[in-house]
Amino acid sequence: MTSNLNQPHQHEHDHQAVPSDPALRVKALESLLVEKGLVDRAALDALVDVYEHKIGPRNGARVVARAWSDPAYKQRLLSDADAAIAEMGYGGMQGEHMLVVENSAKVHNLVVCTLCSCYPWPVLGLPPVWYKSAPYRSRAVIDPRGVLREFGLELSEDVEVRVWDSTAELRYLVLPEKPAGTDGMNEEALAALVTRDAMVGVAKVSVSKSGSAA
Amino acid sequence: MNGVHDMGGMHGMGPVVEEKNEPVFHHEWEGRIFAMNLAMGGWRKWNLDAHRHSRELIPPAEYLRMSYYEKWVAGLVELMVQSELTTHAEIESGVPAAGSTKAVPALTADQAVARVTKGAPSRRDLDVAARFQVGQRVCARNIHPLGHTRLPRYARGKSGTIDRDHGVFVFPDANAHFLGEKPQHVYSVCFAARELWGAQAAGEKDSVYLDMWDDYLEPA
Repeated sequence: MTSNLNQPHQHEHDHQAVPSDPALRVKALESLLVEKGLVDRAALDALVDVYEHKIGPRNGARVVARAWSDPAYKQRLLSDADAAIAEMGYGGMQGEHMLVVENSAKVHNLVVCTLCSCYPWPVLGLPPVWYKSAPYRSRAVIDPRGVLREFGLELSEDVEVRVWDSTAELRYLVLPEKPAGTDGMNEEALAALVTRDAMVGVAKVSVSKSGSAA
Repeated sequence: MNGVHDMGGMHGMGPVVEEKNEPVFHHEWEGRIFAMNLAMGGWRKWNLDAHRHSRELIPPAEYLRMSYYEKWVAGLVELMVQSELTTHAEIESGVPAAGSTKAVPALTADQAVARVTKGAPSRRDLDVAARFQVGQRVCARNIHPLGHTRLPRYARGKSGTIDRDHGVFVFPDANAHFLGEKPQHVYSVCFAARELWGAQAAGEKDSVYLDMWDDYLEPA
């Protein structure tokens, strides 16, 4: 597999080029690593299963729904997110040090990682492509209101926007505002309203969007 | 390093495009390379910071062309070759070199799941003095390290206020290069949007919070 780099002066990095068919490349790499005893295919199957089926934004939605329903839990979540999230049975890689930031009528929080794609895996799962993309990473810090507009969220000028750039090992979860018209709903029904996008801060939770588990 | 990965504030990258009902992995190989990265981390030949740095070393034009998981392929190959777990020749041929020893034992399925469930904290329970206090005005140092750093360019030379002290953490600039953990305090520093971007920043009260290690800061 040779390089397709068009920058000959960077020949020392040629080996990092990936050929046009990564599927073949990755298959060959997996076979090699198995053959060398470096990985066990069952371990790869298990890891894929965890992130495809067990860890995802439903976890975060349950945390949010509980915070909306239980004021004492909400206090614990805002003051010691690691412990409060662990109470719900969630935690682990890329969620070791959590911070929950609360949206209100006056403050809107938005999370990004401009340097790579840091994201709170245990509560939101793996990040979507847009979160990892150059447009989001470049613009969220310099033009958060413009980015939010593209997500269909127009914030009034008197709302304070706080952008959290996850440049260290702290991982951020936005606690969205509880929408009107949800009094009396139980936690399960509330959790069904909470979207991934709302917990990153690019959307609000609304009753009408129920069921669209974006 | 002043790499293309340090994207905060850049222009010309286009609109943010959201895919509805996006799958966790778009292709089977994406899941496989993701899992291989996690499983290979179990050999402890590198750390989280070196893992991130491996992708920053991808040449800029390639970095922008590659999809996210293509970068994970390139980064893993780089780390495995550097740490001598495999060779380029083996990766090109897809078969182990004649006479190469077989590593045992690989992480089992249970061990792999336990690894992600447990996580790997970067906070250290050490009594290290904090150089700054909550409420103090600070300035992000105007430094341009050639190696790994988590101090984005857009914040360098800018002033902000310490909002909270997160405690003591491993310092990535040292750890990524296997120079030890150099544990030190990390603070949430609040920068006014207009300090970072000038008068064009939309909201007067808008701000960006960055988590900064002691070594990134000096008194304002």
